[in-house]
Amino acid sequence: MRRLAGWLGAVIVGGALLAALIGPSFVQDPFAQDIMQRLHPPLWLGGDRAHWLGTDALGRDYLARLVYGTRISLLIGVAAASTSGLIGVTLGVVGGYFGGWVDDAVLFVITCRLSLPFILVALAVVSAVGSSLGVVVLTLGLLLWDRFAVVARVTTMQIRTLDYIAAARAAGASSGYILLREVLPNVAPYLAVVLTLEVALAILLEAVLSFLGLGVPPPLPSWGLMIAEGHDYMFFEPWVITIPGVALFTLVLGINLLGDGVQDWLRRG
Amino acid sequence: MSRFLLRRAVLAALVCLTVLIMSFALTRIAGDPAMAVAGPQATAEDVALIRTAYGLDRPLPIQFFDWASAVLHGDFGRSYLFRAPVAELVRARLPVTLTLGALGIACALLIALPIGVIAALNEGRLLDRLLMGVALLGQAVPSFWLALLLIIGVGLRLQWLPIGGLDDWTGYILPAFVLSFSAIPALMRLTRSGMIEALRADYIRTARASGLSPWSIVLRHAARNAAMPVVAIAAVQLGFMLGGSIVVESVFALPGLGALAYESVTKNDFPVVQAVVLILALLYIGLTLLADLLNAVLDPRLRRA
Repeated sequence: MRRLAGWLGAVIVGGALLAALIGPSFVQDPFAQDIMQRLHPPLWLGGDRAHWLGTDALGRDYLARLVYGTRISLLIGVAAASTSGLIGVTLGVVGGYFGGWVDDAVLFVITCRLSLPFILVALAVVSAVGSSLGVVVLTLGLLLWDRFAVVARVTTMQIRTLDYIAAARAAGASSGYILLREVLPNVAPYLAVVLTLEVALAILLEAVLSFLGLGVPPPLPSWGLMIAEGHDYMFFEPWVITIPGVALFTLVLGINLLGDGVQDWLRRG
Repeated sequence: MSRFLLRRAVLAALVCLTVLIMSFALTRIAGDPAMAVAGPQATAEDVALIRTAYGLDRPLPIQFFDWASAVLHGDFGRSYLFRAPVAELVRARLPVTLTLGALGIACALLIALPIGVIAALNEGRLLDRLLMGVALLGQAVPSFWLALLLIIGVGLRLQWLPIGGLDDWTGYILPAFVLSFSAIPALMRLTRSGMIEALRADYIRTARASGLSPWSIVLRHAARNAAMPVVAIAAVQLGFMLGGSIVVESVFALPGLGALAYESVTKNDFPVVQAVVLILALLYIGLTLLADLLNAVLDPRLRRA
């Protein structure tokens, strides 16, 4: 049953990747407006085959925007989590390996980061610098590294005392060599699980920022932005917020299931 | 114990200082605050006038020390947007956010603790897997989207609860539930694993052997031990919730600190943003300190750390 859940996650994430990579060549132009065709309902609510998932308030094809949105969500999720992974893993491994005042300093930096109200700081930064894909990725990347740092630090502390590290040290290996060649490869499996969690979190937070109007700038089709744009019409046409919301929910769930599956697989060895 | 307390207090003080510097720096990364106050139509003379009036032409370290010492005296400056002291605005809005946070964490504990205990008592069985599966599903629901769905479903269709605003206490129900939602899966897992561990402990076997009823064992012995770390983590979760109030308050149009911060961010009202970042950070630092103290009081082994 757990294994099945992991596979389900892999299928969802694989499907999303496929949609992001080749989907756009199969759907209509997500930017083309047609004011005569605005707020067409999706197929199951009496719509027609010209727009399977209906159209938004500007008459843009909802399916096309949803498929392009997959690309934006995955791009931001992976790019932001990679940035934060680089920062967090460096901090965590260095703190965990050297211990002493270095570790104290790392713990201090982690505590400072955790005490900042994340969403508010991200909103303030994006509003000050101006919103674009790059700014959203960097803002999320620079703020989301705490879990990477915590996990990397703890696992490094456990590995530090093992025999093969002592052997490498006795053989005269430098700290840099030991960190890169001995510690990092052995910490990596634990970080893979954190990576999936962080990709999912970054995708959710991008949607929050875009929903609040300080994430991905329009007319780019981000799912959060689609929900924000549907906000005004949701009382009469609830599907305008349901469709992008379900997409967001499914992708995040898929990534989390995949992460759980990877964790189980690692535990079984 | 006193050594642990001292270490913890020094760390908290240092973090406070860093947060103070960061919330000051946050409003300067955009460049010139005077331009933001003056607005896009202002002439160069207007901007220069504002710069002098607000003291923005002085060196940054001096501006920081002036601001920080004023903050220490409870003076957060004046809001550009509301033309009123920031401290007054915050004082008016803070009770709403604190109430929302308290209700949110209470709701999260009320839901997560019983479910976690039930899952632990059925460890490995279908019910346990089902409950954990629901937790996994819940974790993937974007809270702002859940808020909108509840507004449409419970507010508009069923008309059970208000869809926004704060005319009476019922206005708190939906926002508090949405806020609690994100904390429930984590608290539930923690309760479950703590409970499973507690049920395997020797003192439970002793209690069983001495013929205590199963209910008394579960509630009076196991649950009490399992709940302690959960309560400490709940303090930290409350800190995150106060930070997350910005989304919930905006969606439900609650007149709290989060909504104030959102409005200030979108309208470049730096002194207010600064103050709210600082206050939320200080609340979080205080809550984590409280959590550590609780842990130390409850678990004597930690005091030597």
